[in-house]
Amino acid sequence: MANLYDHISSNKRKSVLLISVFFIIIALLGYAFGLYFGDAFIGLGFAIVISAVMTLVSFYSSDRIILGMSHAVPAEKNKYPHLVNTVEGLAIAAGIPVPKVYVIDDTAINAFATGRDPQHASVTVTTGAVQRLKRDELEGVLAHELSHIRNYDIRMMMLVVMLVGMIALLSDIFLRSMFYGRRRNSGPKGGGIFILVIIVLGIILAVLAPLIAQLIKLAVSRKREFLADADGVMLCRNPKGLANALKRIKDDKEPLVEAANKATAHLFIENPLRTFGGRVNSLFSTHPPIIERIRRLESF
Amino acid sequence: MNIALWAVVGILSLIVLYIIVTFNSLISLRNRVDNAWSQIDVQLKRRYDLIPNLVNTVKGYMKHEKGVLTEITKARSQLVSGSMDQKAKASDAISSALKTLFAVAENYPKLQASENFKMLQEELSGTESKIAYSRQFYNDNVMSLNNRIQQFPSSIIAKMLSFSQREFFKAGESEKKAVKVEF
Repeated sequence: MANLYDHISSNKRKSVLLISVFFIIIALLGYAFGLYFGDAFIGLGFAIVISAVMTLVSFYSSDRIILGMSHAVPAEKNKYPHLVNTVEGLAIAAGIPVPKVYVIDDTAINAFATGRDPQHASVTVTTGAVQRLKRDELEGVLAHELSHIRNYDIRMMMLVVMLVGMIALLSDIFLRSMFYGRRRNSGPKGGGIFILVIIVLGIILAVLAPLIAQLIKLAVSRKREFLADADGVMLCRNPKGLANALKRIKDDKEPLVEAANKATAHLFIENPLRTFGGRVNSLFSTHPPIIERIRRLESF
Repeated sequence: MNIALWAVVGILSLIVLYIIVTFNSLISLRNRVDNAWSQIDVQLKRRYDLIPNLVNTVKGYMKHEKGVLTEITKARSQLVSGSMDQKAKASDAISSALKTLFAVAENYPKLQASENFKMLQEELSGTESKIAYSRQFYNDNVMSLNNRIQQFPSSIIAKMLSFSQREFFKAGESEKKAVKVEF
């Protein structure tokens, strides 16, 4: 059990670190932006205000934004009694409050969990998963998702989704205004070379920021999936359920979730954007290879 | 002299600190066990409340299976209050009686088609698995508490402050046996 609590506090620590790093990147972007248009400190000020507001918004409402983006609707108990019952049961086993349950109307089999902590969490599954998975398979999938909730993985993953999206957007704006915008004056007095260096740095930063953000996102989610698989098995005490569910997803001819996009991909239990050949570049894959996950589950 | 004094004070305060930390963790482990136990109770109560509905629904369809129904009613009445062991036994009796009932119900297509029955069956099997989950959660917590109480050096503090070990909620024999259906 000690491992679990270590994992939780490491997640909380990393969330703080993540927010700080993003805050600094955005402040630097704002500084470069401001410098280019004349007043570095106005740019910095704007960037700090914007990033503070956006960080707060991401922290408190991005679960709702993510659910909205994925077209998830609340699962009513009389419509999906088995789904709701299973989530309630697993929440008891995990010792967390029952998360809200949502469904996405999609024939693909997939699921994700989001929220900022176990008290404000939700788990979403596709209707395909509800209809096509067997009972113990659905249970395994849900146990995996509930482990994400209990481990505070959801907080990390949610912040990553929002902050990565934010940086991509801001550096895009910065780059576009560099190319199409017009400088209002020649900038603060001082060496032209100094200004030039700063601007070049700004461009490099603007180009690199989304890439760095992308890499952070990947590093964050791959190990997490293995851990959630293992913790999920601890919850439902049945490694076969999740293993069979993953096999079913692997052999599925229709793996795409229409409502998923690049920003939300790593939230799902299995990459919803998988190409048909299954040949995803493993460095840039948000999920560990499904075969490897099945192999580990079967060795339990 | 001064250094020795400081060393003694330092060691003493470390010991006091350790005792406080261990005491607090024992308290929170014990509270977790109590909370886990109340979770089991909630689910047992839920099933207790569902059974009369089930019996009423089924009665009309299964005229020849009086025995199964009385068995369920009898098992239910035993689950009122009592020690953990009694509750575990009564709960197992209900589980196996319900299994028998649902197995027998397969021979009654009209009953199977009834919306009410389907709903009750889903609800009861959901509660059944929640009982299993809450039992698992309870036993996990009991294990952490007992480990803490037995392991050295927290065992000394546990003994000093008279923390007692808790018993596991055991799965009864009936749960492991195959379902026996008599016609």
